[in-house]
Amino acid sequence: MHKREAKKHRVKVCAGTGCRASGSIDVIRAFSKEIEKQGLEVEVIPTGCQGFCQRGPLVTIEPQGIFHQKVDAFDVPKLIDFTVLRGKEIERLLYTDTVTGKVARNQREIPFYQKQMRVVLRNCGKINPTNIEDYIVTGGYEALAKVLSSTTPEEVIEVVKESGLRGRGGAGFPTGLKWKYARAAKGDRKYVICNGDEGDPGAFMDRSVLEGDPHSVIEGMIICAYAVGNVSEGFIYVREEYPLAVENVSIALSQAREIGLLGENILGSGLNFDIEIKRGAGAFVCGESTALMMSIEGQRGMPRVTPPRSTEAGLWAKPTCLNNVETFANIPVIITRGVEWYKKIGTKESKGTKIFALTGKVKNTGLIEVPMGITVREVVFDIGGGVLGDKKFKAVQIGGPSGGCIPEEHLDVPIDFESLGEVGSMMGSGGLVVMDESDCMVEIARFFLSFTQRESCGKCPPCRIGTYEMLEILTRIVEGKGEEGDVELLERMGEEIKTTSLCGLGKTAPNPVLTTIRYFRDEYESHIRDKYCPAGVCRALGAYRILEDECLQCGLCREACAYDAIMEERDGFYIDPVYCNGCGACVVVCPIHCITFEGKRVVKA
Amino acid sequence: MEKICTCLEGEKTREIVKKYEGKEGVLVHILQDVQCEFGYLPENAMKVIAEELDISLAHVYGVASFYTRFYFTPRGENIIRVCVGTACHVRGSHAILEEFETNLGLKDGETSGDLKFTLETVSCVGCCALAPVVVINDVVSKEKNPKKIVAKLRGEEEQGD
Ligand SMILES: Cc1cc2nc3c(=O)[nH]c(=O)nc-3n(C[C@H](O)[C@H](O)[C@H](O)COP(=O)(O)O)c2cc1C
Ligand code: SF4
Ligand code: FES
Ligand code: FES
Repeated sequence: MHKREAKKHRVKVCAGTGCRASGSIDVIRAFSKEIEKQGLEVEVIPTGCQGFCQRGPLVTIEPQGIFHQKVDAFDVPKLIDFTVLRGKEIERLLYTDTVTGKVARNQREIPFYQKQMRVVLRNCGKINPTNIEDYIVTGGYEALAKVLSSTTPEEVIEVVKESGLRGRGGAGFPTGLKWKYARAAKGDRKYVICNGDEGDPGAFMDRSVLEGDPHSVIEGMIICAYAVGNVSEGFIYVREEYPLAVENVSIALSQAREIGLLGENILGSGLNFDIEIKRGAGAFVCGESTALMMSIEGQRGMPRVTPPRSTEAGLWAKPTCLNNVETFANIPVIITRGVEWYKKIGTKESKGTKIFALTGKVKNTGLIEVPMGITVREVVFDIGGGVLGDKKFKAVQIGGPSGGCIPEEHLDVPIDFESLGEVGSMMGSGGLVVMDESDCMVEIARFFLSFTQRESCGKCPPCRIGTYEMLEILTRIVEGKGEEGDVELLERMGEEIKTTSLCGLGKTAPNPVLTTIRYFRDEYESHIRDKYCPAGVCRALGAYRILEDECLQCGLCREACAYDAIMEERDGFYIDPVYCNGCGACVVVCPIHCITFEGKRVVKA
Repeated sequence: MEKICTCLEGEKTREIVKKYEGKEGVLVHILQDVQCEFGYLPENAMKVIAEELDISLAHVYGVASFYTRFYFTPRGENIIRVCVGTACHVRGSHAILEEFETNLGLKDGETSGDLKFTLETVSCVGCCALAPVVVINDVVSKEKNPKKIVAKLRGEEEQGD
């Protein structure tokens, strides 16, 4: 720690999954090498995800806080010479705003960060997640020390209840209440489980927290164990696709164990508690709490009927308190900064912040944390910078396969548990996908349903057979074989499946279909009646055509076509509809956008 | 030849099971470790697991088949995964998947006869900001052009041989 103060110059390089994919490990290596070569007093800190993964690798140089993006290992010598030693930024590596064209010197000047509020992600992207000292220096484990030394378990539960914290795993169950139930349950052995399964496609907030700030989750879990009582063992369930999260959490666990924050008699308080990692094996339904417990027990991860609640009979039929990663990471801040401070953030019924994965057809994609109550419009247009390629906005899909779509007319809906429910969507775990005019809502609904259908555990018929039948209908519609009455049939089946399925997967699977029907019914009708896909996505309903008058005859489309469908004639190129698979690869490469999609408009006889 | 193989599989598997002695709920972990060792779950290994844990083979198979990340046939040297999660889907991952399919002559989930390539889909690897995402041998690929990726993987092999 002394060393740290001595070194004024620090270089923070993002080593989250996104930046790694863009080469940040090479950048880190180059820095270390160069610093050693020149014998400099500069510390290189590999951090967790800083949110703006799209612009990675990200490098922040302190003390000036100069923010550079898309850094390459080749840039490193110049960065050291110029930025680290002389405090001058490199123009080329600065961020230029996509909307205003302004150049930003540090993170605070970037609109992407301006409306965010980093509470859970307070350390993510700032500290080295594999160094427990870094966490402690920023006030980490202070909450735990406070709780163990001067607060009774009942008081802790009261604080969590008071704060208004609701579970971030999707449903928004009050966390304090869950802890209270778990404490009240009779049992000499209880468990605490952290749900890091994050099976929702398009979501990566839990991954980023586990990778970038594992100690905040561990601290939250220890506090939970103390509050619930009689807990000596806890589990963090991480999905298999997240190897870096597993690695960083393992490192954090062994460091915590080493200095007596886990194990026997934690901080001399008499509390015995340890945590083990369980890796998932690729089943979305295992994110559901009862299925997750089955999976930890080494069985098929199938949900079971509740009651009994897990807080009464969970893992190995013992009382179990299960919370989401983000929920646990909230706990230490609530305790150190106090309930009053926390309650000021958010809306009346939804307190605090929420992390979202902002993706899809939006200019700035990445991981964002915003106070509850912010509107969807602010997220998409202020933080996200608006729709990609200045196309027309169509909808935001919130909450993953169990959520729904929000159309333009509801863009001003505040993001909180109640308001989202009112417009037919839900908070879910935090995927936020922006769609534009070139996305077909029927096809999107089909996409989500095909996911849930595939992931249904098959225990109950409405979910297993119902989603299959709905998928058949949707597939028919996008293939141009839809019939009058299909939409009404989908609606009826959707409602039926929602009310009769056992677990949340079946209960929410029809949501994307129902909300797209609600807001984009005309698109369904046009597929069914006119055999026409307004967005030009559904292949069976139209064809690609090269506009001969505009075509430069550069031949790029021909090269891009994997199906040899683009033919060359003496007077130009044309697409042979027999070979064309409709993948649209030609459209992407055409430099002057002269390939269009035209619907067949076959009117049914 | 086959016998020696069985022997090795059995021995290794027994070693893995031993590591978990006295612990509860370890079947999934054992299967994961065994798969890590062999790249898939050989039938003999599953028989050994059933024997060692004193449960039926049907039980072992039942659990293994429930999870999508367990494989019952050998997999390719190079595993190409195309993400078809929401973010990637919206940004055109299906065109990429199809191009891989044509280039490799494989369908989603298949392994080439020479065991060089396996092509499969994944529903999100948590790198959504960079969508569409292609994962080559567990590393998210910077290069996204399927033709170039396949050519590079093939080229490297030839040089290596
Ligand atoms: C099909 C399905 C998948 C789920 N996946 C997750 C998940 O990946 N992560 C998660 O935290 N909760 C998930 N949940 C919600 C959990 O069942 C549970 O409500 C939550 O983890 C409780 O934690 P919380 O109170 O902190 O939100 C899922 C629920 C269902 C029905
Ligand atoms: S609703 Fe679907 S996923 Fe849930 S228990 Fe029933 S079949 Fe399984
Ligand atoms: S991984 Fe670097 S910003 Fe997300
Ligand atoms: S959806 Fe492809 S990485 Fe998340």
